[in-house]
Order: sequence, then C-alpha cells, then structure tokens
Amino acid sequence: MRSRNVLTGMLLGAGSLAGTLLFRRRLARRRERVDVYFDNGSMLSLAKPGEAEPLLRRARRILELAG
Amino acid sequence: MDAAAALERLREISSQVRAAVIFERGGKIVGSTLADEQRAKDVAGEAEALLTEAEQRREAADQPGEFAQLEVALQAGSVFVVRDGDRLIAATTQPEPTVGLVFYDLKSCLRDLQTAPAPKKRAAPKRKPARPPRKTDAKS
Repeated sequence: MRSRNVLTGMLLGAGSLAGTLLFRRRLARRRERVDVYFDNGSMLSLAKPGEAEPLLRRARRILELAG
Repeated sequence: MDAAAALERLREISSQVRAAVIFERGGKIVGSTLADEQRAKDVAGEAEALLTEAEQRREAADQPGEFAQLEVALQAGSVFVVRDGDRLIAATTQPEPTVGLVFYDLKSCLRDLQTAPAPKKRAAPKRKPARPPRKTDAKS
C-alpha cells in the first residue's frame, strides 16, 4: 500500500515537472523578439523590451498595413 | 520571371505567407500582393526603416557581415525581410510560422525574379538570292 502511494506521488511529481517544462518552452517561443541574420552566418537576437521595442513597433505597423 | 509571376508562385508554394512586397532600397516597388499601391509603398518604407535599425544594432554590437534576413515574431504574426542583392522582400505570416521554410521560400522568390527569361533566338537573316549575272551588250 505504501509503495503504491510512493509510486503515485512520483508519477504526479514527474507529470507536473514535464508540464511546467512544456509550458515554459511554449511561453518562451511566444515571446516577441527580433532575429537578425547576417551573410557571414552570424545572428543577432533582440528580445529585451528596451532594445527590441522600436523594431517591434515597426513590425506591428507592417502587420497592420498588410492586413 | 516578372514580379507578378514570382509572387504568384510564392503564394502557391507557401501557405504561410499572407502578404508580400518586393522592393528596392529607396522605396521603388517591384511587385506586391497588396491591391493598394500606397499600402505597398508604406510597407516597403517601414520594412526599410526596420532594416536600417537592425543594421544600426549590428554596428553597435560590432558584428561583422552584411544584413541577409530578419524575422520579427509578434503575437499577431511574424514579419520577415529578406535581401538578395539590391532587392528585398518583406512578408507577413501567421503567428509561429516555420521560420526556415518561410526564409527559403522568400529567398527563392527573389531568385526567381532575377532569372530573366531566355532571350528569343533571332531568326537567321534571310540570304539574298544570288543575282543573276548582268547581261552585257556586246554592241559597243
């Protein structure tokens, strides 16, 4: 009986951990960001609100114009 | 291939692209999927400003290399700008697109545009029929 309780607890723990990881991963993907790629293969990613905001604003305007 | 044909092909191959404008730096519109020309110009203007700001960030970060492409991911959708030589294409997609695939399709669209149709073969000039030798009078 006790081992069954331990197993249930472990399964619940593992399930909630997996759920949290998936949720965080999905949240990170949905974050607004700017990725700039250069011809030498390098890349610049802007995700902090302060540095990305002017570019995000222009992109929002483009989405608005394009309908 | 002309701009209209290249954009038509883009729409056929990419279901993710909602709208696209092909332009040159300085604001010259080469082609657009938007019906309104003024809107196309505004999109090109904003995309160019976006590109300029991205280049400024590159200089500030002391990154070598020239701009190739960018993606701005927003909750309402994504904006892409891709460069190929002097030409650029700005496109919008739905949220969370397959980024690599969209970049590939946009680049292909610009390359389609560069491949000019093969020049028509000139018809070989018709040969003039050989003149018959002049008859000379033997009178004189």
